[in-house]
Amino acid sequence: MNRPVLEVRDIKKIYGMGEATVHALRGVSLIVERGDYVAIMGSSGSGKSTLMNILGALDVPSSGDYLLDGVDVSKLADRQLALARNRLIGFIFQAFNLIPRTSALANVELPLAYAGVKPKERRRRAMAALETVGLADRARHEPNQLSGGQQQRVAVARALVTEPALLLADEPTGNLDSHSTADVLTVFDQLSASGRTIVLITHEPEVGDRTKRLIRLVDGRVVEDTRQSPLHQPPVGAFAGRHSI
Amino acid sequence: MSFYEVVRFALRGLSANKLRSALTMLGILIGVAAVILLVAVGNGSAKAISARIEALGTNTITVMSSNRGGSTNTALTKQISDALVDQTLAPDVKTVSPVVSSSATVTYEGTDHTVNAFVGTTPGWFAASNTPVGEGATFTADDESQGRRVVVIGQTVATELFPGVDPIDKQVTVGGSLFTVVGVLAAKSSTGFQDANDTAVAPLTAVRQVLTGYGALNSILVEAKSPDKVDAVQSEVATILNQRLHVSSTTAATSTSGTNTTPYRIQNASQLLATQTQTADTFTTLLGAVAAISLLVGGIGITNIMLVTVTERTREIGIRKALGAPRRVILTQFLIEATLLSVIGGALGVAAALIGSSFQIVGVKPVIVPSSIGLALGVSIAIGLFFGGLPASRAARLRPIDALRYE
Repeated sequence: MNRPVLEVRDIKKIYGMGEATVHALRGVSLIVERGDYVAIMGSSGSGKSTLMNILGALDVPSSGDYLLDGVDVSKLADRQLALARNRLIGFIFQAFNLIPRTSALANVELPLAYAGVKPKERRRRAMAALETVGLADRARHEPNQLSGGQQQRVAVARALVTEPALLLADEPTGNLDSHSTADVLTVFDQLSASGRTIVLITHEPEVGDRTKRLIRLVDGRVVEDTRQSPLHQPPVGAFAGRHSI
Repeated sequence: MSFYEVVRFALRGLSANKLRSALTMLGILIGVAAVILLVAVGNGSAKAISARIEALGTNTITVMSSNRGGSTNTALTKQISDALVDQTLAPDVKTVSPVVSSSATVTYEGTDHTVNAFVGTTPGWFAASNTPVGEGATFTADDESQGRRVVVIGQTVATELFPGVDPIDKQVTVGGSLFTVVGVLAAKSSTGFQDANDTAVAPLTAVRQVLTGYGALNSILVEAKSPDKVDAVQSEVATILNQRLHVSSTTAATSTSGTNTTPYRIQNASQLLATQTQTADTFTTLLGAVAAISLLVGGIGITNIMLVTVTERTREIGIRKALGAPRRVILTQFLIEATLLSVIGGALGVAAALIGSSFQIVGVKPVIVPSSIGLALGVSIAIGLFFGGLPASRAARLRPIDALRYE
């Protein structure tokens, strides 16, 4: 447990040129240990989404280093980067981003297919992941036949099916009603309790309160970093939900 | 990830949006079918023109009087016609058929039919003019010399006068005289506005006796011994005619170039054929242009739908990249999708064109040009692959976040 899951050093991200230059990140440094459950909060424009996209290897920083599981992501070629996204990171989007007109099961199987897992094994693990989020009975449904909360839980299943070192969630409850929010957060709590490393973005205090560590971003800088509960114990919200592991 | 898996992904991608896939294929189908059919229609009409001209006979020349109602000493007479059969002066002439023609009303059991071209000639005319007899027989040289009243009728006349009856050996009335039908001509394709089947052929002597009188001939059909002797025959015939009709040789030399200084006109089937070849060349050029334009239009259609299809899926490409799909896999998947769409669409287009070509289109029987199939299929598949592959590779090269933000 000595190697952190992710480590960023003085990351900056600048959009645009000249007059229109926007400093989205003005030097963020951050270390997340294995098993941590981190919430990044901040108002809109604080650069939290930019940070998240960089952490998910979806975007590259203008300067600074990003070590994912000890590997410098900025030095990876497309092939290895794809591998890193596939094996090390599970990304959950605010807008769910399920592939349309494709069943929940096929959506969850997709990262496994890119990882080269055999179809039979793939099906088994995808079903297990859907079971974890409590949607095994909706495996054959297409995204437009599922509610927002269900879609997001499918997205969570898809993110965790490859058993990645890091689960990243960009405002996972941003588009959901309170009931669905509770469903999704319960899943996160259980995942954290089972030892997964989770980093999520939110602007809802009740979501931030359930995590083990809270980081506040203002204008592209970390202004607050609070440990809310011990690293190696289950989060406060765990076992409060309907599902058991 | 194995190639087989990528193919399955491509198939799933296609079946995930059946309507879009079907419309894309339809676009390609129409592009391919249009090119093949247009070329086939053009080719068909060129073939039809060629066939009609060949039906006139390629190794004959027709001598006609050029001054109608002029002085009688320059009219074409039976004597002139006989003079053309001359082994020394005209060694390349095979047969000479004097022709008189007028319209006449043919009556059978109270049914009237006006024949446009009631032809009086000699038996050699049938072979020379490429007008074979379908059933029955032609009249003989003996019939001709005896002036027997026998007639060979065309298909139109047969159906008009003898519906459901065998016309052979029936007697019809023409110009107050009875003619015995001895044969029916085989159906002939029409050359122009006139129905080539609305005709009747009888011995020259009989027709002159009954219908036209003993005046000038309408024309003389001269058959050469072979198609390449036609030009020789033309000059031999011109020499004899000039001598007979007292035309100086200087003016005669210009007769073939179309000036009307001689009292006769020689129409050469091989000249017609040359004109036809020129026409066919013009047609080919026209066809090329039409094919190029339809290929361009079809190509733009394919380009359009491929660009839209792939651009619309940029977001999906972003999702796939975020889930860890390497660029190569995404590109392969979209290339396979584009290939399947173009190949299936193209094949259906060829099938549609083949089916369409079995019907008459604006009176033309299309004749498929094999190279047009290859060209249409090749170009549409190339365009489909290029414009399906290019935006896909562009999207696959984007950072996932840019692809995801793409609207």
